[in-house]
Amino acid sequence: MSAGHAASYLDDSGPRKGILGWVTSTDHKRIGILYLYSTLTFFAVGAGIGIVMRLVQLAPFHHLVTAQTYNALFTFHGVLMIFLFVIPGLPPVFGNFMLPLLIGARDVAFPRLNLYSWYFFIAGALIALLSLVTGGGPADTGWTFYVPFSLRTGTNVTMAVFGAFILGFSSMLTGINFITTIHRMRAPGMTWLRMPLFPWALYATGWIQILATPILAITLVLVMLERIVGIGIFDPAKGGDPLLYQHLFWIYSHPAVYIMIIPAMGAVTEILPTFARRTIFGYKAIAFSSVAIAAVGSLVWAHHMFTSGMSPFANMLFSLLTMVVAVPSAIKVFNWTATLYKGSIDFQPPLLYALTFIFLFSIGGLTGVMQGALAVNVHVHDTYFIVGHFHYVMFGGTGMGFFAALLYWFPKMFGRMYSKRAAYVAWFPIFIGFNMLYFSMLVLGLQGMPRRYYNHLPMFDTGHEVATVGSWILVLGLIIFFANLVVARFRGAKAGPNPWGGVTLEWATASPPPVENFEVIPTITEEAYTFHPESGT
Amino acid sequence: MSEAGTIHAEEHHDYFGAKLGMWLFLLTEVLLFSGLFIAYSYMRARYPVDFHHAGSELNAVIGVANTFVLLTSSLTMALAIVAIQRGERARSLLCLGITMFLGLVFLANKAVEWTAEIRHGMYPGSPHLAAQPPGEQVFFGLYFTMTGLHGVHVVAGLGVLAVMTALVARGRIDRDRFILLENSGLYWHLVDVIWIFLLPLFYLAA
Amino acid sequence: MSEPLMEPEAHAHPGYAVFFIVWAVLLVLTTVLVLLSRVGQDAAVWGLMLITPLKAALVFYFFMHLRYEGLLLKAVVTVALGTLLIFFALLFSDVAFH
Repeated sequence: MSAGHAASYLDDSGPRKGILGWVTSTDHKRIGILYLYSTLTFFAVGAGIGIVMRLVQLAPFHHLVTAQTYNALFTFHGVLMIFLFVIPGLPPVFGNFMLPLLIGARDVAFPRLNLYSWYFFIAGALIALLSLVTGGGPADTGWTFYVPFSLRTGTNVTMAVFGAFILGFSSMLTGINFITTIHRMRAPGMTWLRMPLFPWALYATGWIQILATPILAITLVLVMLERIVGIGIFDPAKGGDPLLYQHLFWIYSHPAVYIMIIPAMGAVTEILPTFARRTIFGYKAIAFSSVAIAAVGSLVWAHHMFTSGMSPFANMLFSLLTMVVAVPSAIKVFNWTATLYKGSIDFQPPLLYALTFIFLFSIGGLTGVMQGALAVNVHVHDTYFIVGHFHYVMFGGTGMGFFAALLYWFPKMFGRMYSKRAAYVAWFPIFIGFNMLYFSMLVLGLQGMPRRYYNHLPMFDTGHEVATVGSWILVLGLIIFFANLVVARFRGAKAGPNPWGGVTLEWATASPPPVENFEVIPTITEEAYTFHPESGT
Repeated sequence: MSEAGTIHAEEHHDYFGAKLGMWLFLLTEVLLFSGLFIAYSYMRARYPVDFHHAGSELNAVIGVANTFVLLTSSLTMALAIVAIQRGERARSLLCLGITMFLGLVFLANKAVEWTAEIRHGMYPGSPHLAAQPPGEQVFFGLYFTMTGLHGVHVVAGLGVLAVMTALVARGRIDRDRFILLENSGLYWHLVDVIWIFLLPLFYLAA
Repeated sequence: MSEPLMEPEAHAHPGYAVFFIVWAVLLVLTTVLVLLSRVGQDAAVWGLMLITPLKAALVFYFFMHLRYEGLLLKAVVTVALGTLLIFFALLFSDVAFH
């Protein structure tokens, strides 16, 4: 049967047409696209705020905003990027689109719940946006909403926090959906150990989404109750304890960073074998290390609290656990490297960005290990060093992984190919700008520049100037990157089913896929990433 | 097979998948309440004396009575499911009715209890409470939050059970397709389990 | 190929009697718990730590059918509860030493 036999998901909108056919669709592919457009929109807004924040650190532009506004800017930058781009990020976009395809299924286990997840996502986003212009104005507490300030400030913390609360449901439902899908809907013959590694990553991530997110939910509810009704769990004036808030907050928010990174690692693991034209090295190590990262990563939360007044015993225990969690991540880096070694490298844009992920994530990870040492942490906590660290892992890591996944799966999702040259051209300003921006922050932090400060001492001028110029170069690269994709979406050359020569199931169907994904659900007889050079794959 | 181009994903019924999904959702509920249990244990370790004193001010009789009410409602819920698995629709409806009735009794008891406490000036933000030792303020903050959140779940459960009753009555749930009722039962039992923990924490061992 | 329709397993449904028995046990355990709390604070705490999880386990195992379910559901619940226990333990590494 030819690929043109069934209409693609882009053309067949089901019973409703036009926009309505998109926003009421229960097709996982359409929902993935909805998430793609919405998360990238929030990313663009968050990046814009970042540009303004950097501008304000330059002397001529310092009074562009007031100090109060600056506090609101970095708060909203964090809320947007973390809750509306990076935590959703890969799972609802590429997980939704690719998971059923990768495991040979027609959809996820609960398609309607999938759509509701997106509704929760949009509702949470709208509430968060509403918090900017209602009540006492945009929250100024930082995205971490630390008490007691978040209890006392007159800004609209209650609504901002309520938005994050609603967003949590989106994450939980996606986790429930993916875990059930992976357990129940793999194609015949696809045992767990024959499943590709992106689904493995989504599985580990789903567990974190299910177990950790509710704790954030209840913590945010408690903040709302304290602000509205006066329940005193966190407020010291009523016998409450701010340290309790920090524990509860980070019990979610640390595992949240593994929600962010594990899927990106999974995407990179899909990309490398295709462009090395050989199977992944250490399949089991990568599969189990995803689960190990999720498990151990749930036990290290208090490394955000080393200077908050915990007992020395707790400090030491969490420092040790933090060192341990680096191990499974490092295992992945070794396996990726070994996959490339003696492979037949086909250099393409997705590979370039995947390699960039590995490089930038490694820097971020290593700085994380540095911070995990108690003595170092005393000096760098709440400085720009931390800011540099998490941008390396969240942006250089998850962000770059997102871009790599987008470049890899774009032809499959839209049936068109972008300009590879433009993707290469965009890379240079992205890479150079990124490192100018964030490596400067690592230096600034070691020199003592505190984070979330509107002002800075003259000794930090140079570092800030380099970082700000870096931000402009980075954004230039991002504009080129996305302009390329937008043009390609409408005018790119048509792509065939398998432009990269991949061997996982998504490449066995048309680009873009038909609504039902596969004409016939395949039966799996081989391990994932099995190449057959003799027959031309 | 579906015709290409016009039909969307086949409706498939996966009994075990639905059950697995429901259990995963229940786990999120367990973790939700756990945040509060964590807060409770943290604060109890900090204010052992105040917690003990504050706990003695609660009405243990209503607390224990409500426990018996909820445990019995779990029984009738389980019986309702057995009944539908055997095709005994009338009995199932009866058991569902009793379950919902007991749920309402629980809520009524709660209302009586809370009203008494509020009339004594013990509610979050009250001046009387603000004059108590900090540990007692925290205790009552946790008490109202935890029993309140639990109460919200009881209300939600009653709503779900009402819908299930209608579906059973209409024959949409029967001996061949009862996963909806089973999943609703799982939810109701979890609400019971939460209360099993709340009882000693606030009424007995505080 | 369509998803196989899964039928509920006919042999796994308990009868009415089991539930009445478990219910009775739960009532007894609750009564014991109340009496223990009358004895004193220490006895009350022991009751809390031992009897309450036992009651919860009975509800999970019988009312919620875990006894009759396969390994997967049992594992899923165990993993979640285990995670919770570890959260408490790690938290107390801080609290216990304040």
